[in-house]
Amino acid sequence: MEPKSAETGTVLEEIPVERARDEIEAGGIVLLDTREPHEHSAAHIDGCILIPPAMVADNVEQQIPDRSARVIVYCAAGTRSEAAARQMIEMGYEDVANMVGGIAEWQQQGLPVVSEASLTPEQRNRYSRHLLLPEVGADGQVRMLESKVLLLGAGGLGAPTALYLAAAGIGTIGIVDDDVVDASNLQRQVIHDTTRIGEPKTASARQAIEALNPDVEVVEYGTRLEAENVLEIIGAYDVIVDGADNFPTRYLLNDASVRLGKPVVSASILGFDGQISTFVPGEGPCYRCLYPTPPPPELAPSCSANGVLGVMAGVMGLLQANEVIKLVLGIGEPLIGRLLLYEALTTRFTELRVRQDPDCPVCGPEAPEIEDLGKFPDYEAFCGGHTGS
Amino acid sequence: MAKVKIPPVLRQHTGNESEVELEGDTVGAVLEALVSQHPDTRPQLFGEDDELNRFVNVYLNDEDVRVLEGLGTTVSADDTVMILPAMAGG
Repeated sequence: MEPKSAETGTVLEEIPVERARDEIEAGGIVLLDTREPHEHSAAHIDGCILIPPAMVADNVEQQIPDRSARVIVYCAAGTRSEAAARQMIEMGYEDVANMVGGIAEWQQQGLPVVSEASLTPEQRNRYSRHLLLPEVGADGQVRMLESKVLLLGAGGLGAPTALYLAAAGIGTIGIVDDDVVDASNLQRQVIHDTTRIGEPKTASARQAIEALNPDVEVVEYGTRLEAENVLEIIGAYDVIVDGADNFPTRYLLNDASVRLGKPVVSASILGFDGQISTFVPGEGPCYRCLYPTPPPPELAPSCSANGVLGVMAGVMGLLQANEVIKLVLGIGEPLIGRLLLYEALTTRFTELRVRQDPDCPVCGPEAPEIEDLGKFPDYEAFCGGHTGS
Repeated sequence: MAKVKIPPVLRQHTGNESEVELEGDTVGAVLEALVSQHPDTRPQLFGEDDELNRFVNVYLNDEDVRVLEGLGTTVSADDTVMILPAMAGG
């Protein structure tokens, strides 16, 4: 007889691996591995949570609080997961399916698994503090190593962001910067050093990153981001980090990233103040929704004219790195639709809401159909008087 | 009295004050009180048509007044009005 919950009348559903794969790809489900930790470590399906068989009764409510959630349970061959699924149905879970044949059948079909074997022994040691975090783990670490992040600028913001992303094991870091290291940069641009004054910033950053973590591939773009190259450059990356020092580049990046659907983590700093937000096309507002037009130059002095506390670059740069990692791993709550302000003098954080502008010329519903990819307005003129340097 | 937070770029026009307390029932009235006290802030905040400049973001507490009722948005005594400019420093 089919197991049935006394209260809900839920019946255990048995599904083949192909169906499980389709549901996993479509998203919105909880995938539960009910094997022992050493089996899980050896190989598991990406994105699952682990509750060993003996722990299901005690832990499942905490890990899957929503009893109406769609849950697909698997184990090695389907027996332990069937028992766990029955147990959950008795506890009142309403939509539980057992994956028939378990991960053995999954692998038999040639479907991908994640395993700590994907990490070398050196990597397991290097990233051991990440592997201990359930939110990262081996899957997350592999995902970081496979991810590509582009940094716009290897300056105040880009320097700390690049160092921490490299340390975290972001596998490919692209850096766009056409400047050379100057002694006056070193008060905040900690990726460069005194011996590298006069070298291109991209080359200097590469040296620091490669010394820190040989897992990271650095791609240098010793150029300015322009309408002619923006789509090609950003197209190859999963997440873009905007640490540009001028408005024309910020608007250009926004417009191009909306066109290509690329998430942008955007921060800016001046004096003792910093701002940061995360713009994910389709999920929240864009930079133009927040700032429809740039301010006149007298209201937007540069760090070179106005000064900036070196530490500010570090604080905001690391907030950027934190946003990047959340986006790459799909965890937590990125700053989508939120603008976070940091005032260093008072040590105060303030959060403001950023709404999608229904009249936004770039991401709004009335935004013109994008036909001519690569055609952009004259940003220098749009930003009246701001130059891109 | 509403609290008005002044961004660094405008502080040269407010005697270096970063926060001022001002009377006013609406966002517009509070900002008018600001520019009458500190006239040099006017050209930064308002255009010749007396509309808020497009490049100036004004928040009532955590919400952009553009999605509220603009300058006509009601302000209570314990509210904070924040003037926020875009910054491009990196």
